[in-house]
Amino acid sequence: MNATKVSGRKQPLVYRLPVISHFRSSVGLQRGMLVTGMVLAAVFLLVAVFAPWIAPYGFAQLSDAAGPFPTQQPPSPAHIWGTTVGGYDVYSRVLWGAQTAAVVIIVAVAMSIFLGVALGLVSGYFGGWLDRVFVVVADAIYAFPSLLLAIVMSIVISHGQSSFWGGIVACSISISVVFVPQYFRVIRAETIRLKAEPYVESAKVVGASSIRIMGRHIFKNATRTLPLIFTLNASEAILTLAGLGFLGFGIEPTSAAEWGYDLNKAIADASSGIWWTGVYPGTAIVLTVLGLTLVGESINDLNDPRLRGRKKAVAGKGGPDSTAGAQAALEAESRVL
Amino acid sequence: MTTLTEAPLNDADGLLPSKKKSSGGGLGTYILIRFFLIIPTIFILVTLVFFLMRVIGDPITAAQGGRLPPEALAQRIHDAGYDRPILVQYLEYVGQVATGNFGTTITDRRPVVEMIITFGTATLELAINALIVALVVGIPLGLISAYKRDKAPDAVLRFFAILCYATPVFFAGLLMKLAFSVWLGWLPVAGRASTRTELAMGSLAAPTGIYWLDALRSGNMAAFGDVAAHSVLPALTLGLLTAGVFLRLVRTNVIGTLGKDYVEAGRSRGVSNYRLVTKHAYKPALIPIITVMGLQIALLLGGAVLTESTFEWKGLGYQLVQYLNARDFVAVQGIVVMLAVIVAVTNFIVDVVAALIDPRVRY
Repeated sequence: MNATKVSGRKQPLVYRLPVISHFRSSVGLQRGMLVTGMVLAAVFLLVAVFAPWIAPYGFAQLSDAAGPFPTQQPPSPAHIWGTTVGGYDVYSRVLWGAQTAAVVIIVAVAMSIFLGVALGLVSGYFGGWLDRVFVVVADAIYAFPSLLLAIVMSIVISHGQSSFWGGIVACSISISVVFVPQYFRVIRAETIRLKAEPYVESAKVVGASSIRIMGRHIFKNATRTLPLIFTLNASEAILTLAGLGFLGFGIEPTSAAEWGYDLNKAIADASSGIWWTGVYPGTAIVLTVLGLTLVGESINDLNDPRLRGRKKAVAGKGGPDSTAGAQAALEAESRVL
Repeated sequence: MTTLTEAPLNDADGLLPSKKKSSGGGLGTYILIRFFLIIPTIFILVTLVFFLMRVIGDPITAAQGGRLPPEALAQRIHDAGYDRPILVQYLEYVGQVATGNFGTTITDRRPVVEMIITFGTATLELAINALIVALVVGIPLGLISAYKRDKAPDAVLRFFAILCYATPVFFAGLLMKLAFSVWLGWLPVAGRASTRTELAMGSLAAPTGIYWLDALRSGNMAAFGDVAAHSVLPALTLGLLTAGVFLRLVRTNVIGTLGKDYVEAGRSRGVSNYRLVTKHAYKPALIPIITVMGLQIALLLGGAVLTESTFEWKGLGYQLVQYLNARDFVAVQGIVVMLAVIVAVTNFIVDVVAALIDPRVRY
């Protein structure tokens, strides 16, 4: 953790720097994991950005110059990964699906970071009854099966059906409801720890306003674990999106390609031995989540190679404040799985 | 799909005397305080779900709007009391929930509690099967992983754990269906039992609803085999999801205990690494694992919804999706609140068990 921190301080090139410095400090197996994860994540992002150019057909295209697409056709030169029961081209939908997933991740995680960090800072800094209320609510949400919460939210927001952006926003909000408590907890714990630091007190003595202290002195230090949580939550966001889509509460197939929806349709196909409609989008989910998780896990390991230090926090020893940092790291780590 | 491995929920927030501090207050006080903390949790979720569900309108319009003539619709809304102020309805609902009355479903007009019990047993059966798979797979593999730390088996197992997490349950289910049901033809594709078995068990005097128990009681070995065959794939699918978490958890905790002073002392006296893992580090490492298992119940229930839909396993999750599609929000609300209660109570029980096991709390 120390090496990373120091190099991060010396060259404040913000967001990309964490991963690069982690790469430098990695060796052997850890480097392999990090590189594998980075490659998978990069492929995912490239496909997401260039899907309109790579994909041979549109995600909702049902026919081309040669006539309507056949349905449930096995892989062939015209449709290299076959076609679905609805006559969509599986290959094109998998590629377009990356775009949908990427947009949802970005919107969902950005929203949850914004809300979670803001609430965490305020709650941790001011404390009092407001803090208590936030904590109880966050804990209640936190303990609840997140998929159910996302389902309820998506019904409330979209009433089940929606356009591309409507669907994206509905899914993102549903997912961020699940994540806000997580960011909230981490940031709040860090804020409580930092608020007792001498430099915060001296800022107070000098007469800095609460907003300035929170924004300038605490925010920067409390958010150092965010890149890690971001990668982990990104993978969780994909799984939640796919889960919503699978249950039929995601985005309409004509508005966007979504892997979970395609898998839902593929379950019925599987019983009759049609494998290509399910295996490709499913593999896309697995590889994307795998890539993001490997990056997150590697960052986490490299942040603190001595697992021992953290494990003491697991055993429930020590007060909440003294181990806030360790708990944040632990919490983030445990979210890997 | 939240997967959290952390100490008891409210502990980090100072609302609860931490376990260490409670040594003065005693176990009874701890359990009592912990018990009363369930109530706000459930209360908040009931409130949240109630108002979220009402944002989109009253349940009767949602379920039957367009199908009934407007007058009949208005009459039904009035009869059910949905035209009263929302706060009045809310207070009434909270009162009903507190007395265990969740109302009547709109689509099939069944008492919600009865519906939950009928389908809940199926979910319970699935969850128990999956938990067995998860423990049998996760704990030994986690021990191996810790024992062979940073060596090839550890790398393979950790990758396996991440893969378990990265694979959505419905995709895992789909692959297993393809492999074991369609290509190999060993196991049935979906459902909890074949029709003949269900008929055979239907003649029982008081069916428990837990199929393998009913099949055993009917004394019909063919029926038992049928039930077992049907439960293999769903249990594996849901179990492997959780097994990855357990593997990971056992590994980190055993490695953590291996770093403790007393283990170090054992090592310096020449105790073998194998013996250190199996005799010295294993048991203390299990305490946090029990705590965390409580949080896994949320993951398990979320996964159960997806698993049940994949395998047409007619449990709460499967039924929840049916009711959602039918827009029967009274039923949905009932199921969601019920699941919230299950999660909260499980967490409470787990905390108490952890307190009973951990000698630092006992005195």
